[in-house]
Amino acid sequence: MKYMFLLYGPDLPEPGTPQARKLLEDWTVARQAMADAGVLIDCAPLQPVSASTTVRVRNGETLLTDGPAAEIKEVFGGFTLIECDGLDDALKWAARIPTAHDGKVEVRPVIQVAS
Amino acid sequence: MAVVTRLTGDLEAAEDAVQDACALALAKWPAEGVPSSPGGWLAGVARHKALDRLRREARRAEKEMAAFRREPAPPAGEPGLGEPGLAPGETGLALGEPGAAGDRLGPADDELALIFMCCHPALDPDARIALTLRCVCGLPTAEIAAAFLVPEPTMAQRLVRAKRKIRMAGIRLRLPEREDLPQRLAAVLRVGYLVYTQGHTAPAGPDLVREDLCDQAIRLARALTALLPGEPEAAGLLALMLLTDARRAARTGDAGELVLLSDQDRGRWDRAKIAEGDALLERALRAGRPGPYQLHAAIAACHSCAPSAEQTDWREIAALYGELLRYEPTAVTEANRAVAVAMAEGPAAGLAILDNLGEHPRLATWPQFHIARAALLRQTGRHGDAAAAYRAALRLGLSEPQRAFIERQLAGVSRGRRS
Repeated sequence: MKYMFLLYGPDLPEPGTPQARKLLEDWTVARQAMADAGVLIDCAPLQPVSASTTVRVRNGETLLTDGPAAEIKEVFGGFTLIECDGLDDALKWAARIPTAHDGKVEVRPVIQVAS
Repeated sequence: MAVVTRLTGDLEAAEDAVQDACALALAKWPAEGVPSSPGGWLAGVARHKALDRLRREARRAEKEMAAFRREPAPPAGEPGLGEPGLAPGETGLALGEPGAAGDRLGPADDELALIFMCCHPALDPDARIALTLRCVCGLPTAEIAAAFLVPEPTMAQRLVRAKRKIRMAGIRLRLPEREDLPQRLAAVLRVGYLVYTQGHTAPAGPDLVREDLCDQAIRLARALTALLPGEPEAAGLLALMLLTDARRAARTGDAGELVLLSDQDRGRWDRAKIAEGDALLERALRAGRPGPYQLHAAIAACHSCAPSAEQTDWREIAALYGELLRYEPTAVTEANRAVAVAMAEGPAAGLAILDNLGEHPRLATWPQFHIARAALLRQTGRHGDAAAAYRAALRLGLSEPQRAFIERQLAGVSRGRRS
């Protein structure tokens, strides 16, 4: 099964700061562990919501808004896509994501669409 | 259910198959006689029904194909879910080798895996209880709804949502890995405990005790203790249930009215249950891994071996509640400790602790808090305050025997004030 981890946490630290280096180290460890276990499909941080654009199409017309789809306190700041056997495995990996320690990781099963 | 869920990997499909099997049994057994192993017969038929269903659907989805390939060995007279004849060795082994817990489980392990699945921490806590009663204990949805005071469609909806979550989220029918066992077991024991307490003091309705729920909870705890012989908290929970349940007959009078522990005819306590509970607790404590259920059971055992309320070792009970606070640092535990302290050192000492807890929001909705406080106030001669506390309890959800009990106490307080 494929699981998408939606990573909600504080804003990323300024590049070059000790916090940023620490975060990078933590991510490297988590990423490597998932890759070694053969579960990792992809993972990436996202640019801040100030760079996002929300798209809606209504009555054939495309409406664009500056900013995120939903205003929430914690920022949707990245994702991780893994493939593993079941929820228990997925939850274990989610707990190893650095964001789980200062934010939240929502584990969403991915629907398999027949190609 | 467990055997078929293993096959289909889907609770809803398993439930349908088991229902088909039961329908067939109702049609066949009266004419042809009950087979020698009814549980095995049902499991076998349910498997075939489930397989038929899978074959029909297998072409459509890959997921069912995967379940198909996991087909277990034929059930040659294997025990059904309703029979407690489980070989404990089977399961101890599987838990020792979590890596092997994948596909080669016996029926006992299937039942255990089903319990763990229904009590999975990723499910809503209320849904865990409902699902366990439905899929492990086999209680009809209508009865579960009645026990938890919700309309049947609401309960049905809750069950459907939980089963859907299990399927969509990929919660597997398997035993937890050893490192996860403490947390997973705690969730399972909690469900058993809540089912028992719901039965022990019904939150509303004509009866104080819902015996069916108590019996189901004991059956569940018995199965857990047999399946997990190395877990003292499982035995502790069963001991707690047995020791408490031993008083069932004495807890209500001839007219179904509530009789307090101190006023119960201890001759009506079930000595066999007490002996079994005591022995279980003693064995559990010897493992040297104490926990909240063993402590609750130890408190219940203090009551069971006392010839009367006065001759109860209240100091020991107060100490045990103090110990319990380490695991359950809740106002309810502290309130229970207060009652024990009041018995050991006098009502004023207990009242001091209760009043210290003050207007705790959780306690305010707990009838026992007001009842206990009222009794202590009455003993210290504060009849007006006692009456107010009884009235506060009456404003809460109560079974009819509880309500009648409080009204009797209230009448007694009023007489006390006049005299």
